[in-house]
Amino acid sequence: MQPVISIQQLSKTYASGHPALKTINLDIHKGEIFALLGPNGAGKTTLISIICGIVNPGGGKVLVDGHDIISDYRAARSKIGLVPQELFNEGFESVLATVKFTRGLFGKAPDSAYLEQLLRDLSLWDKRDARIFELSGGMKRRVMIAKALSHQPQILFLDEPTAGVDVELRRDMWNMVRGLRERGVTIILTTHYIEEAEEMADRIGVISRGEIILVEDKQALMHKLGKKQLTLQLQQPLASIPEQLNHYTLELVDDGHALVYTFDTQREHTGIAELLKDLAQRGIDFKDLQSSQSSLEEIFVSLVHGR
Amino acid sequence: MNLYAIRSIYLFELARTWRTLLQSIATPVISTSLYFVVFGSAIGASMTQVHGVSYGAFIVPGLMMLALLTESISNASFGIYMPKYSGTIYEVLSAPVSYLEILIGYVGAAATKSIILGLIILFTAQFFVDFEILHPFWMGAFLVLTAVTFSLFGFIIGVWADGWEKLQIVPALIVTPLTFLGGSFYSISMLPEFWQTVTLFNPVVYLISAFRWSFYGVSDVNVLVSVGMILGFLVLCIATVGWIFKTGYRLKS
Repeated sequence: MQPVISIQQLSKTYASGHPALKTINLDIHKGEIFALLGPNGAGKTTLISIICGIVNPGGGKVLVDGHDIISDYRAARSKIGLVPQELFNEGFESVLATVKFTRGLFGKAPDSAYLEQLLRDLSLWDKRDARIFELSGGMKRRVMIAKALSHQPQILFLDEPTAGVDVELRRDMWNMVRGLRERGVTIILTTHYIEEAEEMADRIGVISRGEIILVEDKQALMHKLGKKQLTLQLQQPLASIPEQLNHYTLELVDDGHALVYTFDTQREHTGIAELLKDLAQRGIDFKDLQSSQSSLEEIFVSLVHGR
Repeated sequence: MNLYAIRSIYLFELARTWRTLLQSIATPVISTSLYFVVFGSAIGASMTQVHGVSYGAFIVPGLMMLALLTESISNASFGIYMPKYSGTIYEVLSAPVSYLEILIGYVGAAATKSIILGLIILFTAQFFVDFEILHPFWMGAFLVLTAVTFSLFGFIIGVWADGWEKLQIVPALIVTPLTFLGGSFYSISMLPEFWQTVTLFNPVVYLISAFRWSFYGVSDVNVLVSVGMILGFLVLCIATVGWIFKTGYRLKS
């Protein structure tokens, strides 16, 4: 299947000499939700800005639905909607006027019915005549989304879409993103909220210091790198872990009141049964046990810091 | 060509004029009216004719040009600086629009506003002085050419400026003095010979002189020389804008 976005050997060094992107190769599939994770300064926004035409690429090539972003920029850009990280807006403009402006800018004929539906879907219709500076931060964020969707793009970039928004709006946005995906829109989001990627993404890409260090199906990533932990609440606290148990990955926490066993979900035998047997033989009783799986956040941190 | 984009930018920019009607139209009209009252009526009453034209009528083209230059620069520079300042330039840069289309939208709107203003000033002048327009076609042509050229110049300033101070510095420290010293209120033949020579290095002299010729058929400088100077400045501005777009200077990193 031809990717909807194909990034080949893309690099960027700013005039200051800062190498924002090293050699990036990445394919985004049509209709997927792709989450790009990375710490601050990793190159997420630079990557998006190059694809959208805001920043000049240093070297390499980007194709959007088969169209080169430089030589065939009109076709490429007309397919893209962008919700930037910052709440950029023309404060004195009305909501409807600014959304109409963006639609026109992207070469689309006026369509009042579509824009009305869009603003209604984003709970902005009642505010259509309000000037943007009068709106709350959350409403301004909705305006940014309305502008990005005003020209019915096939690809939507959401750069930190839920930064600083309340829980209700975050949930609304997640629902909106899912609705867009059902209509065939490809969504690329960058986020600091790992739970967002975990909740929504089909695939995850991790970028660090200008390099894509991993691209993986989310479930496969969780499966491959996810560690499980078994926590045993002990009847009697232990001063130290007995030497005979050294071949298990154990950690004593909570002042010796709990024993944490970390195991790999990939392994055929988790070793739990053996551990429990060994503990029983040594008279170490426990009153409770619970297991937990590492979150995407932990995976992400270990990936980035493990380099 | 993305005509919808040009239309959007053009109308969006003009909409600002209607939103800030007092600032955009009323303020320059009031200040120009004051010039007529002070220079035309109060001082002009005690002055003889200049080149066979009454002093009040003589300053009409100069005042129009004064407003046209300052407003063209101010409108165009603000038009492109504002989205840079607010950050909304991102959507213009990410839209499927060529640099030429962006330019037509912004410069077209700025020139339109200043032409409308020039015509309002012309209309207002009728209430203060009697005057005639000997070559209306050329008057219109100079009006449009000057508005477009200086809107382009304003666009360049707006792209160059990275702060409000810079946005004001060129109009305030260079354009306004040049306009005042460019013969808005006097004929350069009224100056001592040395200063006449110095004045010929002021490009605004050529604009005002040609514009005044279209009204009364009299000029300080040969009209063809003036036309050449205006076209030369237009070409210079186009070349600079072309360079800005080619390099992405202060628009794209």
